[in-house]
Amino acid sequence: MKWEVVIGLEVHAQLATQSKIFSGAATAYGALPNTQACAIDLGMPGVLPVLNEEALHMALKFGLAVNAHLSHESVFARKNYFYPDLPKGYQISQYEIPVVGRGHLDITLDDGTVKRIGITRAHLEEDAGKSLHEDFQGMTGIDLNRAGTPLLEIVSEPDMRSSNEAVAYLKTLHTLVRYLGICDGNMQEGSFRCDANVSVRLKGAEKLGTRCELKNINSFRFVERAINYEVERQIDVLENGGTIAQETRLYDADANTTRTMRSKEEANDYRYFPDPDLLPVCVNEELIARIKTTLPELPQEKRDRFMQHYGLNAYDANVLSSARELAQYFEAVVDVGVDPKLSANWVMGELLAALNKENLAIDESPIPPAALGQLLQRITDNTISGKIAKTVFAHMWLNEGSADEIIEKQGLKQVTDTGAIEKIIDEIIANNPQQLADYKGGKEKLFAFFVGQAMKATQGKANPQQLNDLLKEKLQKA
Amino acid sequence: MMIHTLAEYQKQLLAKKISSLELTQFFLDKMAQHNALNSFITVCAETAKAQAIHADELRAQGKAGPLTGLPFAHKDIFCTRGIKTTCGSKMLDNFIAPYSATVTEKLDDAGMVLLGKTNMDEFAMGSSNENSFYGVVHNPWDTRCVPGGSSGGSAAAVASRIVPAASGTDTGGSIRQPAAFCGITGLKPTYGRISRYGMIAFASSLDQAGPMTQTAEDAALLLNAMAGFDVRDSTSLNVPVPDYTATLNDSLQGLRIGIVPSFFGDGLNSEIGAAIDNAKSVLEKLGAQCVEIELPHHELAIPTYYVVASAECSSNLARYDGVRYGYRAAQPVDLMDLYKRSRSEAFGQEVKRRIMMGTYVLSSGYYDAYYLKAQKARRLISEDFKAAFKNVDVILSPTTPDVAFKIAEKTHDPVKMYLSDIYTIAVNLAGLPAINIPCGFSGQLPIGMQLIGNHLTEARLLNIAHQFQQHSDHHQKVPMMESSS
Amino acid sequence: MSITKEQVDKIAHLARLALTEEEAHAYATQLENIFNLVTVLQQADTAEVRPMAHPMDAKQRLRPDVITEGNEREVMQAIAPLTDMGLYLVPQVIE
Repeated sequence: MKWEVVIGLEVHAQLATQSKIFSGAATAYGALPNTQACAIDLGMPGVLPVLNEEALHMALKFGLAVNAHLSHESVFARKNYFYPDLPKGYQISQYEIPVVGRGHLDITLDDGTVKRIGITRAHLEEDAGKSLHEDFQGMTGIDLNRAGTPLLEIVSEPDMRSSNEAVAYLKTLHTLVRYLGICDGNMQEGSFRCDANVSVRLKGAEKLGTRCELKNINSFRFVERAINYEVERQIDVLENGGTIAQETRLYDADANTTRTMRSKEEANDYRYFPDPDLLPVCVNEELIARIKTTLPELPQEKRDRFMQHYGLNAYDANVLSSARELAQYFEAVVDVGVDPKLSANWVMGELLAALNKENLAIDESPIPPAALGQLLQRITDNTISGKIAKTVFAHMWLNEGSADEIIEKQGLKQVTDTGAIEKIIDEIIANNPQQLADYKGGKEKLFAFFVGQAMKATQGKANPQQLNDLLKEKLQKA
Repeated sequence: MMIHTLAEYQKQLLAKKISSLELTQFFLDKMAQHNALNSFITVCAETAKAQAIHADELRAQGKAGPLTGLPFAHKDIFCTRGIKTTCGSKMLDNFIAPYSATVTEKLDDAGMVLLGKTNMDEFAMGSSNENSFYGVVHNPWDTRCVPGGSSGGSAAAVASRIVPAASGTDTGGSIRQPAAFCGITGLKPTYGRISRYGMIAFASSLDQAGPMTQTAEDAALLLNAMAGFDVRDSTSLNVPVPDYTATLNDSLQGLRIGIVPSFFGDGLNSEIGAAIDNAKSVLEKLGAQCVEIELPHHELAIPTYYVVASAECSSNLARYDGVRYGYRAAQPVDLMDLYKRSRSEAFGQEVKRRIMMGTYVLSSGYYDAYYLKAQKARRLISEDFKAAFKNVDVILSPTTPDVAFKIAEKTHDPVKMYLSDIYTIAVNLAGLPAINIPCGFSGQLPIGMQLIGNHLTEARLLNIAHQFQQHSDHHQKVPMMESSS
Repeated sequence: MSITKEQVDKIAHLARLALTEEEAHAYATQLENIFNLVTVLQQADTAEVRPMAHPMDAKQRLRPDVITEGNEREVMQAIAPLTDMGLYLVPQVIE
C-alpha cells in the first residue's frame, strides 16, 4: 500500500470525583434529568465557579503517570460558543497553559514490540449536558446533569499508524486511568470517550494530510471500525483525484460509516480568553511530591513484576494486570499459599468466565480470593481433583459454603485407597469383556472408556493419576 | 418622623425610641410618594414589613445586632431569593431569583430590612441610568437631569432620602459617578473585598459591590456587613474585615494626599476644580499634606477599560439564550432563531453594542491587537498606582469631569458618554478602593470628589471622608422635592 | 479604522444577535468611532509587559470534593420558559 495512515486521539476521561468541577452538585450517572444540575451548572445569573481540589489532584496523578511536564501555574479559559447543552454559552476549559504538558505512554503491539506514543497535553475542563433528540413535542430535550462533570482531555501526538495502534493506545490509556482511580472507564456511560483525528499521506511524505475528526466512537471495536472506514474513504477520495476537507465527522455504528456533522459545519471562532472568574491554578513541588506518594503501582510495572516474581508468561501477566482489582484478587489468591500459575489459570479461567456470565465485576465476586485459595489448595494437596474442584467451585458460587465444607458435606474427597480403586477396576474389566478384547487387540483409545467407567463408579472421586496407573497395570495383566 | 442617617436610626432603634416597623413604614410611604423619580424597579412592601416585625422581635429578645431593623434598598443586580431580580433588563423581567447573592444573605443575616430593588442601567452598562428597560431615573436635584449610572436608582433614592442607604455596584464608576451626580457618599471597595456571588456579572474582573449612603459613617456601617470572604467566589479576598467604624475618628495628621495636575485641566468643569481646591484646604487644615504625582499611563485607561469590560461582558451575557430562564422569543422557527430573536428582542441598544464590541475584540485575528494589548496596558495602569502609593497615602481627584447632564443629552453619542468615566475607570482596572464624597454644588447640582486608596485601605478612605464630613456640610444638603402623590 | 457591514454581520452572528439593516449600519459607524478611541492603545509600548487578567495577584483556591447541592429541579424549572418531563426544550437540534 502506498498510503500511510496518521492517527492522533483525543480522549475525554470523566474524572471520578463525587462533585462537579466547579460546583457542589453530584456527578453520579443515571439520575433523573436535571436533578443534579444546580444553579452553577445551569449558568444562572451571578453564580461563580470554584475549582474542585480532587479534580486537580487527579489530573496531576495522570500527569505523573505519563511522565509529563506539570504546569506550576495553569490557567482556565473560556471557550465561547452557543449550544443548548452548554448553559453559560461558554465552556470553561484550559487553552494556552494546561495543567499537564508534554508526556508519553508506551504501548505494546500485537507482535510484542513496544511503541512510545507522545502525549501532547492533558487539560481540565467541564463536560456539557446532553441533548436528547427523541421527540419531545417535536423539540429537543436538554438534560444538564452532566454539565460541569470534570473532564480530563488527553491529547496524543499523531503518532499512531494504524487502527490497531490506536486501539492499543486507547486500551493502555483506559487501563491506566482506571488504575489511577481517576476514571471509571465506562465507555457505554460516556465516562471514557474518544475522538480520532485521522489523515492519510503518501508513504515517505513529510507533510501531514488534511485530517478529519471522528466523533462518537464509544467502544474499542468502533474505534477500529470507524478509523478503518475513514481511512478507506479518504484514500478513495484521494485516488479519485479529490481532496479531503477538514471537518468533523460523526461515526454511525449501525451503518458503519462516517458522515459530516451538520451542527459543526460552520467554522467556529471560539474566542478563547482567560476566565476572569477563576484565578491561576498553582501547583508547587510539595503538592506534586504528595500526589506522587499516592500513585499506585502502574500497569506496566505490575505486569513486569508478575512475570519476574511469579514466573507468569507475558499473556497471563498482561491479562491479570489489566485492571487493578483483578491483579489484587490474583495476588490475594497467591497469598493464601497457592502456586501462582494454578492461581492464574483459575482466576483467568473459571472465575472470569463465571463473572462474565453474570455480568459481575471482580470486586462483586461471590467467592472471595481467600476462599478460592482454599479450594486450589485442595487440588494441590490431592484432596480433590481439578475436575471435582470445578464442581466445588460451582457450589461455592452459589454461596453453599467454603470449599472444605462442600467437599465434606457432599463427600467429594478423592478416593486414594488403592484397594478400593483396584476392586472397582476389577469389576469393570470383568463386566466389559468385549471392550477388553478390543483393547488388547490394539484399540488403545478404549483406555479412555475404562477411565470413564471407573470415574463414573467413583463419582469422579478417584485420584486421576492413581487411577491411570492402576488401570494400565490391570489391563496389562488381564 | 425625621430624616436621619443610618447611624442615627441605629441609635434610635437601640434606645427603642422607634421600632423597625415604624421606620420601614415611614420609608415605604416616602418611596410611594416619590415614585416619579422612578428609582425603584420592585418595592418589597410586604416582605419588608415582615422582616421589620421579625427585627423588632429580635430586639425585644435582646438578640439584635448593630444593623438589625435598619431598612435599605438593593440595586436590582443582586439576586434576592423569591423576589424579582431584573438587572434593569427585559431579559430578566420575569426572573424570580431562586437563590440569594452572598451580599443579600449577609445583610439579611445582619437583620436589615430590604425595602426594594433599585433601578439601574441594563446589566450595569451605562453612566446615566437611561439604559434601563424600566425607564430613566430622575436626578432629585433637578428632575430634568440624569442621576448618573449605572447605580442611578440607588443614588437617587439615597439622595432624596426615600431610603436611608442602598447598595450599588461599580465596574467603571457605577457607584462613584451617580453618587457624585446625586450628592451622596459612595464607596467602591477593593476588588474581592465583597463577594460577587449572586451579583449579576457585567465584567467579572472589574465588578465590585459597595455601599451608597448619606455619610461616610453610614458607609462604614454598611460595609461592615457587606464585606468578607466568601468560599463561593474564587476572587474573594480571604482577609479579615476590620470594624470600619472604629477608625473613623483617627487623625489626618501627616496624611499624604496625591494630586495629579493633569486631572485639573481643560476637560474639567471649573466649578468642580474650585470645589476640590476648597476641599483640599479643609483636609490640609486637618493635617494632611498635598503632593503632586503623575499617573503616566492614565490616558490608556478608557480604551483599556472598554476593551476588557466589553470582552468579559460579551461572554458573561452569552448565558441569556432563552432556554433555562429569562426572555424567550415567541414561536422560534429553529434554534438559531430562538437564540437570535430572544437576545435581540430582550437586550437594549447599549448592551448589544457592548456585546458586539466584546465579540469583535476577542475574535480571531483581533485578540492580540485588542484584548491582549489591553491586558498589558492594564498592568501599566496598575503599576502607575503602585508607584504612586509608595509616595502618597491616597489620591484626590474629581469623580466626574462635569455635573449631572440633561436626560437624552448624550444618548446618541456613546463615545462622549464613555469619556465621562475618565476619572473613575482606572481604579477598577487596578482593583483599588475609591470613595465619592460630596464637596460642593454647581448651581443646584452636586459636585463630588474622589479619594483613591491602595488595596484594602477602605478604613483609611472612610476615616478621611468622615473627617471631611465633620468639617463640611455638603453631604447634609437634601434636594427640595415635590411628592408625586 | 473602518468596520464594514459584513464584519458587523459576522460579529452579530457569532454573538447570536439579529440586526436589522439600519441597526447593522448604525453599529458599523458606532463601532468605528469606539475603535478610534481605542487606537491610543496601539501606541503604548507594551513589549516587556505581562498581560494582567486579574487586579489582585491571587491564586485559585480549591474547594473540597464534597456534594453540597441537592435536587433543585422544581425550583429551577419554575422559572424556565419551556420544559417537559424535567427537560428544557429547544427547537429540534440536528447533529
